[in-house]
Amino acid sequence: MRTPFTIRVLAAMPRSGWIAMGLFAAITLVLMPALHLFVPEGHPFHVSNYVITLGGKIMCYAIVAVAMDLVWGYAGILSLGHGMFFALGGYAFGMYLMRGIGTDGSYQSHLPDFMVFLDWKELPWYWAGSDSFVLTLILVLAVPSLVAFVFGYFAFRSRIKGVYFAIITQALTFAAMLLFFRNETGFGGNNGFTDFKRILGYDITSPEMRATLFALSALALMLALLAGRYLATSKFGRVLAAIRDAESRVMFIGYNPLHYKLFIWTFSAMLCGIAGALYVPQVGIINPGEMSPANSIEIAIWVAVGGRGTLIGPIIGAGLVNGFKSFFTVAFPEYWLFFLGALFVGVTLWLPEGVVGLWKRIRARVAA
Amino acid sequence: MSTNLTDYDTDNRGGEDGTQVVGHILQPGVDLSHKVILYLEAISVSFDGFKALNNLNLTIDAGELRCIIGPNGAGKTTMMDVITGKTRPDAGTCFFGQTLDLTRMTEPEIAHAGIGRKFQKPTIFENHTVFENLELAMKTDKRAWASLFAWLSQEGRDRITDTLKQVRLDHEADRPAGLLSHGQKQWLEIGMLLMQEPQLLLLDEPVAGMTDDETERTGELFKSLAGKHSLVVVEHDMAFIEQLGGKVTVLHEGSVLAEGDLATVQADPRVIEVYLGR
Repeated sequence: MRTPFTIRVLAAMPRSGWIAMGLFAAITLVLMPALHLFVPEGHPFHVSNYVITLGGKIMCYAIVAVAMDLVWGYAGILSLGHGMFFALGGYAFGMYLMRGIGTDGSYQSHLPDFMVFLDWKELPWYWAGSDSFVLTLILVLAVPSLVAFVFGYFAFRSRIKGVYFAIITQALTFAAMLLFFRNETGFGGNNGFTDFKRILGYDITSPEMRATLFALSALALMLALLAGRYLATSKFGRVLAAIRDAESRVMFIGYNPLHYKLFIWTFSAMLCGIAGALYVPQVGIINPGEMSPANSIEIAIWVAVGGRGTLIGPIIGAGLVNGFKSFFTVAFPEYWLFFLGALFVGVTLWLPEGVVGLWKRIRARVAA
Repeated sequence: MSTNLTDYDTDNRGGEDGTQVVGHILQPGVDLSHKVILYLEAISVSFDGFKALNNLNLTIDAGELRCIIGPNGAGKTTMMDVITGKTRPDAGTCFFGQTLDLTRMTEPEIAHAGIGRKFQKPTIFENHTVFENLELAMKTDKRAWASLFAWLSQEGRDRITDTLKQVRLDHEADRPAGLLSHGQKQWLEIGMLLMQEPQLLLLDEPVAGMTDDETERTGELFKSLAGKHSLVVVEHDMAFIEQLGGKVTVLHEGSVLAEGDLATVQADPRVIEVYLGR
């Protein structure tokens, strides 16, 4: 008899995992938004704009970390270009936000300001439909997935892996950054998109909108984690891990690694796109800097710090590293990159399994 | 309604318009109507002028347990490569059953058709448990989409349990395969091969590195498999070949030097010369 799908999803996480997720949901979907909206400013329990935005931002990063862990931790594909998929999702949603400004921009034109500045008279063809919210949502999912699918198909078919794959993805995100830097590309050049006003007619800076975006980010993160857990505990995940460890053997048993890699790679890119689309309205800007190689490397560091192949680890890693970053870039801005480098070296040397590995070791020691 | 060709099980059935259909209807799968599972005819393979296989002729009967021996460089591994599609012969034909031309099939197609191969060095998934190794090898829909929603059925579970018992790993089911002893890894790989339900098993030095006790138990396992499956075993261990007791083929310089039971082959002066040197 077939086991119902819902039961399979339920089986993807242990009971403790579901309890933790329930708690997380209560805090992020109810408690934090409520404290932000209904507790007056100045009250000790008020959650400020800063905290809500920072929290939302970090949760978007955490989605990217989950996406990265799926390809790196489970399929053994190290990507140093995941920042590009994140930015593509961000740009796709950014187009909608730019159109949402309407005539409230500096030049009071129907065109986005940067186009007026470039003396463009009408929208380029690829901006068609960018004022439709539904179409934008489709674009957010489709653009990163399509780019990932096409690139992945050729890369995996040619059996490119390991360092070579990492370098090519790095080059890819760098090339994309250069492309988006050009004014003629039609995405605002090096300034990118900013000065957003509204989503679906609602003010983007209102507390309600902030709380909504925060809760949506949390929801997306939980769904990403659940999807990741389902994939990892399914037979698909076991085949993926087998491909990571001994690809030719997997082929010999009769699996085609190309399809497996391509699926997880495309899915991962799609998650990044969703994260990017949630990120942009919260931080209020998207520019080609998001595609810089350093950003993509940082994603890999989150995953390494948290612990590869654990899914929950990368979420913790994204939170920790970005928490440090928020502190460092304010306290000692010039030392942040040194700290990040030292962190990566330290984790590689002493914590090969990241924070989650450390936690497991501590528990084993306590139990012994 | 179109008639499904696979429903025909005999030749000379009536055609759709009532006329007699003359001829042989192609069956899916391996056609064993002549009780022969593998034909190698006049196979030659050369690498840069070196003739690895030279006009090799070999026939394996369905259900047979055949041992192949020969000095190093006799072409044993190349022969396996030709059968599994890894190497294409320069000349000759290679048929699986009556109808499947192996020289025109890809490696996964051949594996899918029912030829399983165990390599010299055991290659198992070290980070997966013994149980999971067998699960991955199990004959089933192996496309990515199917794996996404695959859920191990009770029959599948039973099959894995049976195979675990067969290869004596039932107490190791939940251990990571990397922690097994060398002999157990060899067995696990044999188990993975069995999970694919092959009709023909090619086993390249299956008892290399096993203790005497393990070797003997492997021999028992192979003998129990013969009949249901056809086995081709490449080995150097004469005691093991004696235990298996099947027909023995001696390869030398890419062709068959002698064939028969072990005693006959060992008494053949040409075989003695090849093994003991001139």
